[in-house]
Amino acid sequence: MSIFITVAITFLVLMIVYQIAQASEYAASLRGTERERQKKTNKTMATLLVLFFLSGLYAIWLCHDTLKGQLMLTSASKEGEAYDSMFLVTIIVTGIVFFITHVLLFWFAFKYKSTDDTKSSYFLAHNNKLELIWTTVPAIVMAVLVAIGLRNWMNITSAAPANAAVIEVIGKQFNWIIRYPGKDNVFGKRNFRDINDATNILGINEKDPASADDIVAQNGEIHMVVGKPIKFIIGSRDVIHDVGLPHFRLKMDAVPGITTTMWFTPTITSAKMKEMTKNPNFVYELSCDQMCGKGHYSMRGTLIVETQEEYDAWLAKQTAYFAPAAVPASPVADSTKKSTEAPVAKN
Amino acid sequence: MSNEAIVHEAHAAHAIHADDHHHGHEHHEQHFITKYIFSQDHKVIAKQFLITGIIWAIIGALMSVFFRLQLGFPDKTFPIMEKFLGEWAKGGKLDPEFYYALVTMHGTILVFFVLTAGLSGTFANLLIPLQIGARDMASPFMNMLSYWFFFIAGVIMFVSLFIQTGPASGGWTTYPPLSALKEASMGSGLGMDLWLTSMALFVVSSLLGGLNYVSTILNMRTKGMTMTRMPLTIWALFFTAVLGILSFPVLFSGFVLLIFDRSFGTSFYLSEIFIGGKALPNVGGSAILYQHLFWFLGHPEVYIIMLPGMGMASEILSTNSRKPIFGYFAMIISLVGITVLAFLVWAHHMFVTGMSPFLGSIFVLLTLLIAVPSAVKVFNWLTTIWRGNLRFTPAMMFALGFVSLFISGGLTGIFLGNSALDIHLHDTYFVVAHFHIVMGVSAFFGMFAGIYHWYPKMFGRFMNKPLAYIHFFITFIGAYLIFWPMHYEGIAGMPRRYYDYSAWESFKNFGSLNAFISIVVIIVFFGQLIFVFNFFASIWKGRKVTTQNPWGSTTLEWTTPINPGHGNWEGDIPEVHRWAYDYREDGNGNDFIPQTTPLRPGEESH
Repeated sequence: MSIFITVAITFLVLMIVYQIAQASEYAASLRGTERERQKKTNKTMATLLVLFFLSGLYAIWLCHDTLKGQLMLTSASKEGEAYDSMFLVTIIVTGIVFFITHVLLFWFAFKYKSTDDTKSSYFLAHNNKLELIWTTVPAIVMAVLVAIGLRNWMNITSAAPANAAVIEVIGKQFNWIIRYPGKDNVFGKRNFRDINDATNILGINEKDPASADDIVAQNGEIHMVVGKPIKFIIGSRDVIHDVGLPHFRLKMDAVPGITTTMWFTPTITSAKMKEMTKNPNFVYELSCDQMCGKGHYSMRGTLIVETQEEYDAWLAKQTAYFAPAAVPASPVADSTKKSTEAPVAKN
Repeated sequence: MSNEAIVHEAHAAHAIHADDHHHGHEHHEQHFITKYIFSQDHKVIAKQFLITGIIWAIIGALMSVFFRLQLGFPDKTFPIMEKFLGEWAKGGKLDPEFYYALVTMHGTILVFFVLTAGLSGTFANLLIPLQIGARDMASPFMNMLSYWFFFIAGVIMFVSLFIQTGPASGGWTTYPPLSALKEASMGSGLGMDLWLTSMALFVVSSLLGGLNYVSTILNMRTKGMTMTRMPLTIWALFFTAVLGILSFPVLFSGFVLLIFDRSFGTSFYLSEIFIGGKALPNVGGSAILYQHLFWFLGHPEVYIIMLPGMGMASEILSTNSRKPIFGYFAMIISLVGITVLAFLVWAHHMFVTGMSPFLGSIFVLLTLLIAVPSAVKVFNWLTTIWRGNLRFTPAMMFALGFVSLFISGGLTGIFLGNSALDIHLHDTYFVVAHFHIVMGVSAFFGMFAGIYHWYPKMFGRFMNKPLAYIHFFITFIGAYLIFWPMHYEGIAGMPRRYYDYSAWESFKNFGSLNAFISIVVIIVFFGQLIFVFNFFASIWKGRKVTTQNPWGSTTLEWTTPINPGHGNWEGDIPEVHRWAYDYREDGNGNDFIPQTTPLRPGEESH
């Protein structure tokens, strides 16, 4: 009922506004000829457009000033540094184009507003030289941007160096499961038909000798060594997810049935990042960037970048997934502790 | 068929007498149903598309208000939402499942129902016969079917909002396996079936319309209306139709395979999936295949949305600058360039799906190539208003706004088209900001410009001007306030399609910005109601049009009676003697020469 009343009142208000606006238009038509009114409107609108442009420039500055601290999380990988410099180049190029075209747009709008109907406009249908210039210049600029982009793209997508650490990142609704290959540096084979949520969360083949020392972390926490390249082997158990690492400027889909990879070299430890950002709660986060269902927004992982010593100490404490004594108590216990920090999907 | 034959046929078919000089009345009385509902008059069908589009736009925009409330104020409750959404917003708090359903429906409705059907359905129907000098479409009956298929598609989509498991909720792109498996999300059940049915009918509607538009433009131009004398609106609508005809069937095939995967146990998109506590039997499919099929339409779709706006902006800028469009041929060639390239860039939506990096680099190259024809268009628009005699009608304001938004949104495309930059920006708010500005708001600006400009032709009345200007400034300022700051969130890596950011250390600092954006969204939403009201009230109350050619335009639609009947021209269809942009002294004190004016002795055709 109250909705009905609200709608009725809104309708009435709009009707009144419309009638006032309509009356003002008729009143204006009594005051002068159509021509004079159009001239006056032209002046007002041209001025308002220029005002819009100037206050827009101020607003852009204000927006940038307010948000520049949050603009880009500090890049924490080598690839991220190359990314940031390319981003800067692109933003300068597009910024210049944005500024020039908008100055022209609003300046022309103001300067050439019609104030004299009898004056005719400049008849100009085309000019081959001009058109040639503004076809080739953008083409050249684009070629430069493509060249920079492809160089970086080749670097990012190149094969990981031989000394890279390797981990497996598997997405499922709605959390990340991490697998470390253990001492042998080889993952045991896995098959989705062997998955069992209680005893074998990734469907790892228990009979494969390489599986014996594999470590599985169900809390989505990835440990890695600063300065050492790391390669992610990415997969999914159910729907498409995406490993998004904003601090490292990387992203890769996790697709069921397909294995994808990416690698990078972290350059700043988590501890140092806490100092740099003056945020004691700082943590590298892994976000799911491909819509995967109702818990999508809570599908969070974390990355711990640490020194080799810290990493070794951490690794020593881990038990293998199929370790005889601890099936699968150890990793689960670990995950329950950590999962209080991470947002939990309301499943 | 010769022009005379068409004229003759139209006379016979519509019983219009050349000696009837009063109105476009047809002599046999038409029943209300055949005149307004199952009408075969292209002008009525255009209005049907437009009004249906407006209703969908209100629904779609209201959805965005609801989910912006959640995004802006995740810790508050809004009892009013419960009134609208019932169980889905218990206690005034949006359910996550329904949040995703709203996001999905918002996208589907705005992209397909409003900016495809509502935009090209309206203006292709209205303008093609009027501007090329035809009495109606090549097949008026097919044209009517096109609307009614769209209508049924809409009804099914609307019904899906009210079923127990809710509408489709896998995003407007509906990627499988999420959309293929009922276990994956609630919206992937009946809601998804209805979504697919509705979209399949929509494709049918779109193809019926598109084939009609193309054949009408190619075959039914009046005498003297060569292709190179056509207004740019017609060129743009022509390429829009071509894009749709060639790409919608691919989407359709993608949907058919998805329907098979969902209901008949096939594995086109499914492989090695463990869900709902059990492993599925499907192996060997590829989830990425769907994305290729989807984006093969999905990218041309962007241009299906953009091109009509470009055409109308060209026409309106030229008319209101009292100056020919600059570089008419360059404009056509750039349309051709965009149309061809539109088919060759789809995989730039998929840089991070794990596809071959080499393939990725080819798509980078082709994608950034599109910047060239787009830049040419922008420069040509700027030169068109340069040294003109600008009249700031509401349509002109929106056309200028269109140029501004097209520049702003187009430039951010240069970031996203470059895979090395996209790898960080993909699926963040940067993308949201980019496509909302360039194909959302700017296409809307093209549409608004078109509505304000051709309203007198549609209804024989003007829309109220003061309200139109208020509407313009609210929308223009609001659009930038909403989407400009979103770029910053995206550069910081904030993912899109999140229900709540407050648990994320990296993104929760944008809380107050999100609240600000949500407030602007609400204001802009109410600003659009001003337009809606102005539109409907002016049908009955608007100032009457008293002259045949209120904007001083050269094109043919302004040679018809103020309220044209079915058949458009009372007498013979006028013959065309010159191109559509002769805005110059005619020697009688006018600053334009209509297309129907014969060339003066010694004057050369453009």
